[in-house]
Amino acid sequence: MGMGSDMYRQQILDHYKNPRNYGEMEDPTFSHVGENPSCGDTIKMDVRLEDDGDTIEYVAFSGDGCAISQASASMLSQQLPGKTLSELKEMDRDDIVDMLGVDISPMRIKCAVLAEKVAQDGAKIYQGEIDLDKTKTED
Amino acid sequence: MKAQESYPIDVAAIREDFPILARKVGGDVTTPGEGEGDTEPLVYLDNAATSQTPKRVVESIVDYYYGYNANVHRGIHQLSQEASVAYEEAHDRVADFIGAEGREEIVFTKNTTEAMNLVAYAWGLNELGPGDRVVLTEMEHHASLVTWQQLAKKTGAEVKYIRVDDEGRLDMEHAKELIDESTKMVSTVHVSNTLGTINPVDELADMAHEVGAYIFVDGAQSVPTRPVDVGDIDADFFAFSGHKMLGPTGIGVLYGKEGVLEDMEPYLYGGDMIRRVTYEDATWEDLPWKFEAGTPNIAQGIGLHAAIDYLDDIGMENVQRHEELLAEYAYDRLSEFDDITIYGPPGDDRGGLVAFNLDSVHAHDLSSILNDYAVAIRAGDHCTQPLHDKLGAAASARASFYVYNTREEVDALVEAVGQARELFA
Repeated sequence: MGMGSDMYRQQILDHYKNPRNYGEMEDPTFSHVGENPSCGDTIKMDVRLEDDGDTIEYVAFSGDGCAISQASASMLSQQLPGKTLSELKEMDRDDIVDMLGVDISPMRIKCAVLAEKVAQDGAKIYQGEIDLDKTKTED
Repeated sequence: MKAQESYPIDVAAIREDFPILARKVGGDVTTPGEGEGDTEPLVYLDNAATSQTPKRVVESIVDYYYGYNANVHRGIHQLSQEASVAYEEAHDRVADFIGAEGREEIVFTKNTTEAMNLVAYAWGLNELGPGDRVVLTEMEHHASLVTWQQLAKKTGAEVKYIRVDDEGRLDMEHAKELIDESTKMVSTVHVSNTLGTINPVDELADMAHEVGAYIFVDGAQSVPTRPVDVGDIDADFFAFSGHKMLGPTGIGVLYGKEGVLEDMEPYLYGGDMIRRVTYEDATWEDLPWKFEAGTPNIAQGIGLHAAIDYLDDIGMENVQRHEELLAEYAYDRLSEFDDITIYGPPGDDRGGLVAFNLDSVHAHDLSSILNDYAVAIRAGDHCTQPLHDKLGAAASARASFYVYNTREEVDALVEAVGQARELFA
């Protein structure tokens, strides 16, 4: 059938039903929260860096919302370890669409990129580049 | 369960008038209109957001652009006169449709939201101050809620909200408490776009008038779906949108009692709304033109006229009955499932819409999956975020019906919801 069922391929449903790295970390290097006001999706990303202060060692997430937003966070939490902060900040929406492996309809792209934006803003705050309480995907 | 025969509208005949209802969907959304990959017949159940447009309405707009397109109220030439007559008669038609006294009481706006802002700025900014109260309901659409909330911040007035009870109805005892001598405005939605509740706006009007306050009734979901008489309600202000009642976008209506509008200052200044201008000062045109500055939405006003003619041919009592039967059927069908929460009053006492949630599936996921089965519904907060907070749901799915919908389409909805349940099981 149409694009909707494509959007809910097994991988996304699997990550939604069995989220990886779900929960709050006890000793994160930095944490950040964000929401997608139109959906009510919320995501908190906890990131721990390696001793070099730049390489991501471990990521945990928590939150609640639609399958696209939560599966995206779960998959991202698996993909980020090993990346540097600048590699994280360079990611864009195409990387997320590639990661999800499905076409995301224009109306749902905000759900898909929420976790990525939260992680990126968290990194920027940690590095003193921006000052922000909460990320919102409204643009 | 109601017999199919009791439906008062010949839906098959009606559907012939709406070319879009014959289209198929399911393909690429970046190229508008039916194309490759569009294989599934559309089930359109998002009418509370916007309704579809019959040929007759589109043709009235084409006739205007092809036959007598000209600016109104300016030219002495024939085309301008024809356009002016048609545009003014559209006001008369609206007045007649909702029981207003005449065109003086009918201001064309962009939509309901603009009508609300017009009153907030032209009346509220001048009349409200510290110690004054504006009473809203907890089920207000953002059009009213945000507008009065922000105006209260500007003026120092306070906003109070009439409680919604567990069945989704207004707590009228609470209304009595809130609407006190300090109240200057009661602004209430007529039919809730989320709960489907039909509010007792005539009672609220009495309460408002008893304390010398005005009442503004948001009729965005009522005028399209049932007979409405602003005189019977005794509303001081009443507003609705053309695009939710088979008309085009870009045209809405503010009704105001003539004496009330007369006392109000203009909202927008400029051309077409003045009588005499000097370098020092200006005087205003008569009602309703005083509130229609600049070149208005002429074609859309003419289109709204045609939409009202179309609805009147069906008969608003019939429209209402059709809506009630579909809403009750949808309510009954969705109620068969324990994992579905339906918001608002029972199926036999609501407007033609049903907002609900499926326990295991977020409303946006549900909407995406329904889209897969060619069922178009709304998912989100429906511009009632505070109400959704109160309901404890970030979002809900909403199916809303109109004159061209059928029981079979409700069945398609229920079946697609079942598919979503299975996918997420």
